[in-house]
Amino acid sequence: MSEKKKNIFADHKIMSRAMKDSFMKLNPRMQVKNPVMFMVFISAILTLVMFGFSLAGVRDAHPGYILAISVILWFTVLFGNFAEAIAEGRGKAQADALRAGRRDVLANKIESIEHKDKIVQVKSTELKKGDLVYVKANEQIPADGDVVDGAASVDESAITGESAPVIRESGGDRSAVTGGTTVISDWLVIKVTSNAGEGFMDKMIAMVEGASRKKTPNELALQLFLVALSIIFVLVTVSLYSYSVFSSDQMGSVNPTSITNLVALLICLAPTTIGALLSAIGIAGMSRLNQANVLAMSGRAIEAAGDVDILLLDKTGTITLGNRQADAFIPVDGHTEEEVADAAQLSSLADETPEGRSIVVLAKERFDMRGRNMAELHAEFVPFTAKTRMSGINYRGSEIRKGAAEAIKAYVEEKGGVFSKACEETAARIASQGGTPLVVAKDGRVVGVIQLKDIVKQGVKEKFADLRKMGIKTIMITGDNPLTAASIAAEAGVDDFLAEATPEGKLEMIRDYQQRGHLVAMTGDGTNDAPALAQADVAVAMNTGTQAAKEAGNMVDLDSSPTKLIEIVKIGKQLLMTRGALTTFSIANDVAKYFAIIPALFMGLYPGLSALNIMGLHSADSAVLSAIIYNALIIIGLIPLALKGVKYREVPAAKMLSGNLLVYGLGGIIVPFAAIKVIDVLITVTGIVG
Amino acid sequence: MTNVVIQMALYCLILVGLAIPLGAYIGKVMNGEHVFLSRILVPVENGIYKVLKVDKKEDMHWRKYAACVGVFSVISLGVLWLILCIQKVLPLNPEGIGGTSWHLGFNTAASFVTNTNWQAYSGESTLSYFSQMIGLNFQNFVSAAVGIVVLFALIRGFIRVKQKGIGNFYTDMVRTVVYVLLPLSLIVSVCIASQGVPQTFRAYDEVDLVEPVVVENEDGSTTEVTKGVVPLGPAASQIAIKQLGTNGGGFYGNNSAHPLENPNPFTNLLEMIAILLIPVALCFTFGRNVKDKRQGRAIFLAMFIMLAAALAVIGYNEQKGTPQIEQSGVVYTGAEDQAGGNMEGKETRFGIATSATWAGFTTAASNGSVNSMHDSYTPIGGLVPMLLMMLGEVVFGGTGCGLYGMLGFAIMTVFIAGLMVGRTPEYLCKKIEPFEMKMAVLVCLATPVAILAGSGIAALLPATADSLNNPGAHGLSEVLYAYSSAGGNNGSAFAGFNANTPFLNVSIGLVMLFVRFVPMFATLAIAGHMAAKKKVAVSAGTLPTHNAMFIFLLIVIVLLIGALSFFPALSLGPIAEYFQMTV
Repeated sequence: MSEKKKNIFADHKIMSRAMKDSFMKLNPRMQVKNPVMFMVFISAILTLVMFGFSLAGVRDAHPGYILAISVILWFTVLFGNFAEAIAEGRGKAQADALRAGRRDVLANKIESIEHKDKIVQVKSTELKKGDLVYVKANEQIPADGDVVDGAASVDESAITGESAPVIRESGGDRSAVTGGTTVISDWLVIKVTSNAGEGFMDKMIAMVEGASRKKTPNELALQLFLVALSIIFVLVTVSLYSYSVFSSDQMGSVNPTSITNLVALLICLAPTTIGALLSAIGIAGMSRLNQANVLAMSGRAIEAAGDVDILLLDKTGTITLGNRQADAFIPVDGHTEEEVADAAQLSSLADETPEGRSIVVLAKERFDMRGRNMAELHAEFVPFTAKTRMSGINYRGSEIRKGAAEAIKAYVEEKGGVFSKACEETAARIASQGGTPLVVAKDGRVVGVIQLKDIVKQGVKEKFADLRKMGIKTIMITGDNPLTAASIAAEAGVDDFLAEATPEGKLEMIRDYQQRGHLVAMTGDGTNDAPALAQADVAVAMNTGTQAAKEAGNMVDLDSSPTKLIEIVKIGKQLLMTRGALTTFSIANDVAKYFAIIPALFMGLYPGLSALNIMGLHSADSAVLSAIIYNALIIIGLIPLALKGVKYREVPAAKMLSGNLLVYGLGGIIVPFAAIKVIDVLITVTGIVG
Repeated sequence: MTNVVIQMALYCLILVGLAIPLGAYIGKVMNGEHVFLSRILVPVENGIYKVLKVDKKEDMHWRKYAACVGVFSVISLGVLWLILCIQKVLPLNPEGIGGTSWHLGFNTAASFVTNTNWQAYSGESTLSYFSQMIGLNFQNFVSAAVGIVVLFALIRGFIRVKQKGIGNFYTDMVRTVVYVLLPLSLIVSVCIASQGVPQTFRAYDEVDLVEPVVVENEDGSTTEVTKGVVPLGPAASQIAIKQLGTNGGGFYGNNSAHPLENPNPFTNLLEMIAILLIPVALCFTFGRNVKDKRQGRAIFLAMFIMLAAALAVIGYNEQKGTPQIEQSGVVYTGAEDQAGGNMEGKETRFGIATSATWAGFTTAASNGSVNSMHDSYTPIGGLVPMLLMMLGEVVFGGTGCGLYGMLGFAIMTVFIAGLMVGRTPEYLCKKIEPFEMKMAVLVCLATPVAILAGSGIAALLPATADSLNNPGAHGLSEVLYAYSSAGGNNGSAFAGFNANTPFLNVSIGLVMLFVRFVPMFATLAIAGHMAAKKKVAVSAGTLPTHNAMFIFLLIVIVLLIGALSFFPALSLGPIAEYFQMTV
């Protein structure tokens, strides 16, 4: 899915489809969904009808002028349609790709796990919830389901874009499979969890395509505001006609306003810029989220993401690197540090875990102990088991073991040794500093303690500081004990932490924050995360997670990346900011449009009003035409901004506001003055308007 | 000019100095807390509840609260209309004045019930003492109180969390009238009566003129008039509340320009401060009772900055006059030894500064009483009062309704600005959702809709031109002013506009009812929905609504909505007139 990053305007396929769609969207039933643009649509039809009449001699303006206005109005409508179409374009292309990858496959339906050989072949579309299917290597998984038997590697690139296969197995948190993905090796028995047409892939197609897009609450509220403004402007223009009749009567001159001019004035004043781009902004926000490989189940969730002020972040993977590293060797009971290092390295030679390797490396760095070869030493490796909870080697008649303090204590005491108080204290001290103690023992006597440390990711502290500036609190969720958690929390600079976290604990915490008026976002993958996910305002389920987790969340992260939450918040905020910025810009534009049109229209009636013609526009006709041409062109001009979103910085609200106001408020006042003047000059110089 | 500035600054200083303690007092009254008058007034209050069988513990849902407001106002309207039409047979009518026409009765009833107090009549020749005292003055109190209690309900909406009720209409009404309006009115009436404002049931006096006047009859002969009629009546009591309750309906036709309503600079100061006293105080009440004084201060400052700017523009233009006034040489516009400036339509006992301040105050508040004739102001000096009304009477505005109107604008402001900080909008920790937005739009846009529709229709009617005093651009200003006055529930007249015709009476009456009750019910709906919401926590990501930036934005939004709605209208009225005079 790397082609997603490509510039959308350079993609001919999307462009040509968007142009075609712009005309398809002229259907009144689609137009009426956007009231502001529907008004433009009606005005375009009205002026066209008036042009017809003008040819027959019934006219209040020159037919050519009426036609020009009508044509520009039609373009305004088309530009609005185009904005929406191009925003939908990327999603539609993605949906097409998803559809193309899907085949109707024959599913191997079986009666029970015990009888995998009794296969009945049915079409995947005929599968029902609860059916069992048997999927072998190189077969497509026919429907969403849970693995109930077997383990296999599955290629999920169809949905995640990630080509490396993932393991799916029965039981645990890696049991969910998605219809449309392919088993690469081995086999699986899957219990179908969704009926045909309701699967994850179907939802995904519908979401990226925008077919099920509903207006979000904030979008509705904004639309209400825009409609209200439009109503005011209808009244303004109608009453202006009446004032104009009255004034020209009083002055004994000809009424200077024509219906054509008033329609043009109405469309100039109406918030058409934001009206035309409003749905494009929403779709583009959704699309940006899709590009981040996050699938939102509703637009509402993205808006909520902008409002989130509490992030529950899992420690591992988000705040710390996934594994711990050896940090120090601490001798006890009269041993030297070198002895500890030696024993520790020996015990870890065959330990392929990242922790084990880091011990070998640390010993080498400290005491220049080269990693010795197991085979040369004739050592026997004792692997870690759940029962002993220790690992180590048997070497030249000695037993070297390392493990958690309790495990080694039991081992030492069993051997008749003493687990000294000093050792116990050392272990406790390490734990309190955020480390993990591993005790090393040789022949039933404790040698020393290895200090393993969580490694806080680079740059997270700054990231969290930025978030704090924006008013977002970060809370670390960890299974560690409170002492360890507190120490890592301090190092990473999170605002709070939840230690020894349990699903109930998380749920409790979310409820508590919500009670105090906060909006909480979290990620989760396990089935036991489901209640907390359901409670959180923004709940991102990992794609690797269980079906229950995915259903409880309102977003699915296809990359299953724990840091995704921060990006989601950013996209949510950006969406809302873009809406606000373009609304401000659109309304600020009206100032210049008034100064363009009103003096030009009434200069004949009251010559003094020419003092207000500060742009020095050529004539009433050229002023109206320039304003309405600007009005149409600005829609096209702002499409890239609507799609990309306004610039986003992690600064406090007050600072963000003043920055945006300066750009979009002040800019919105100045830009049209210049642009309308330029257009006026162009159309008069070229002789389009006499 | 310095003289004007010093006077205006002094008036504002006195106003704010009195309003701050009053705001705290009203805040206590709203919550039923103990105040220094409690010892005397609690028994009165409880007595009223006992007689009316009011359960003072009841906490009303917003629908019930709104129903109470609605029913109360409908009954008020009906009773007042009836009183006006049948005043001939009612007592206290020493002059034997006949009943009003049905349409004037409707217009006047609508006008007083909506706290507009537009006057299509002249009090001394049209209304009996009974109509004035029992009919109009009762409404002066309760229509002012209704505005205040709706504001109380809205404040409760902001502070309550997940609750259904927004207070009790009856206790709010009784407390507002008994603890706030009556004591203040008493003080003001006694003060102005001491200065010569009549307070009597006696019939009109006939006095000998000091200097006989010779008038020419239609047939060319002349008559010497040696006697004049001095209208009397219970004026002081009515004038006090008409000022305090942002009513503005004068006892006499010329309102506070009439020497018996406003005899001297002292009464003028008193009456002028009374116009804005309660609306300004309510800003501080708001801050106190939402438990964040900074919020009240921000709203106050936004309003005050607009008021100060308005005063400056009016004062400057009136003092400067117009080129025509100077050219003719009739009027001395310099400021040496005398007031100078555009004195047409102004009382010499008040002068430019006081008249301009009054014009600003009375149109900022939806008061509408006048001590000079706005019709005679310079084009820009007349534009500003008109604009203040067109903005929806939110620069302090009417008692209660000005502030809740401004809070509607605050909701609009946080909606647009809030989005720009990347959050869905919230105000005072409450999320603004589509419903609140819908209602806020009704609150803010009812006035522009009413003014545009009303004046648009009126301008097309041939009869309208006949009602005008002046032709041309100033004629349009007169029409605009009349509908702005009604559409802002202000009630001041531009003069020069004869409004007592069936069409104008009915249409203006309907406009007044529309702009009063649509925003009012919308406000109660917001209050109800806000009270039911949970509070959102404040963080660095929250848009602050108490700093200079918000004040600036609020002003911009108010002016922008006003300018977008009325720029064309004003261009053809006062602005065109201005350029006619200067270019």
